Amino acid sequence: MIDWWQSLVAPFPPLLLTMAYMLVFILVLFACVAYATLAERRVLGFMQVRLGPNRVGPRGLGQPIADALKLMFKEMILPHDADRFLFRTAPLLSMAPAIAAWAVIPFSEHLNFADINAGLLYILAMTSLGVYGVIVAGWASNSKYALLGSLRSAAQIVAYEIAMGFALVGVLMASGSLNLGDIVMEQQGSIFNWYWLPLFPLFLTYLIAGIAETNRAPFDVVEGESEIVAGFHVEYSGMGFAMFFLAEYANIILISALTALLFLGGWLSPLEGIVPASVFHLPVIGALLGSGAHWFVAKTCFFIFCFLWFRATFPRYRYDQIMRLGWKVLLPVTLVWIVVEGVFLYLQLPPWFD
Amino acid sequence: MLENYLPVLVFTGLALIMSLIPMALGLALGPRHRDEAKDSPYECGFEAFEDSRMQFDVRYYLVAILFIIFDLEIAFLFPWAVAIRELGLAGFLSMALFLVILTVGFIYEWGKGALDWD
Repeated sequence: MIDWWQSLVAPFPPLLLTMAYMLVFILVLFACVAYATLAERRVLGFMQVRLGPNRVGPRGLGQPIADALKLMFKEMILPHDADRFLFRTAPLLSMAPAIAAWAVIPFSEHLNFADINAGLLYILAMTSLGVYGVIVAGWASNSKYALLGSLRSAAQIVAYEIAMGFALVGVLMASGSLNLGDIVMEQQGSIFNWYWLPLFPLFLTYLIAGIAETNRAPFDVVEGESEIVAGFHVEYSGMGFAMFFLAEYANIILISALTALLFLGGWLSPLEGIVPASVFHLPVIGALLGSGAHWFVAKTCFFIFCFLWFRATFPRYRYDQIMRLGWKVLLPVTLVWIVVEGVFLYLQLPPWFD
Repeated sequence: MLENYLPVLVFTGLALIMSLIPMALGLALGPRHRDEAKDSPYECGFEAFEDSRMQFDVRYYLVAILFIIFDLEIAFLFPWAVAIRELGLAGFLSMALFLVILTVGFIYEWGKGALDWD
């Protein structure tokens, strides 16, 4: 199968081939993002004892396509006094980084686009860029609601990025590498070796900070409908609005994938170290139960579901509560944990040193 | 070594182009009917008064400044965290000293009320 494929693509130059793969991947990612919106509406529907969208296509599966087509043919209003260039650039600034970050995400040991040593730095840089889209949108709209929403959002994202960064420092100390593939391989062993257990406070911090970074409920004061209507994208319509909407879901998928990689062993199988190793050598069952990209996808889907679940469950935080949680709870917790981990590593004690 | 980064560059470029396409399609396919009321900034049905780029709370600046301090600290911690196994006592103690100084600053901020929102 693989040989046949390689003989088929052999005549094309490798760079062109890589670009084709990337293009296909980005298209698949777009489809995933579009269907994440449907998943959210369906999951929220079932959690609130209603059906959710189920009219377009079988079981409502055509809904994202219908939405995309509709928004594409809608007018993109440009408010007067708005900064024309920045107003049009802002949706790109929030969408592009959320996709670009996938360049370094490993799906399995050898399945990635770029295996670079500074992978985590690149991820940190790309996720930080997302805040520009929000600020630029709020400022360029020339609307009070948009400006207030973007300021709230910027302060919130920035506050939780600190906690997120400290959580990453903890992961780096435990793994000793910035390469995402190496970080996953360091977690090998069993489900109890994955960093969620030895770095439990950091895992929770990362997950909470991730939800706050993506401006999701319960931290969605940015678009708190009851006070500032829709926040930073109140002036956007048509495709401009759709891009912000999609960027939010692209960020959710990205944060879920990162949580799976950094704390839940990425593509590693949870059965490792529990069932005897001989099981993994069985023909079909072995491939299914053994480590592979499917586990990574499953873990990512689990975290995406958590995002939707939290939205259905928790009431919205007040803004001062959000800032207090970020600065006064998460930041001290991570600081303390880094010191604890540093002492353990220096004394060469388990569980981080072996 | 550096050629590992070429796919990242290509991917970033493709990501930019692929997010440009929907925007361009929306601009090309959508109608455009100018209207004074429609194009005015949204303000709950009122005529917009004052400049919308108004004064805002200084605490947003304060958060931004605190962010710079802590983000630099994270950037400083990254290489140390990766290499901690090889650094030994000197590396451990110097970073501990740095963290102590930073924690003192953090406690001062906390006591001054810079982290309070109300």
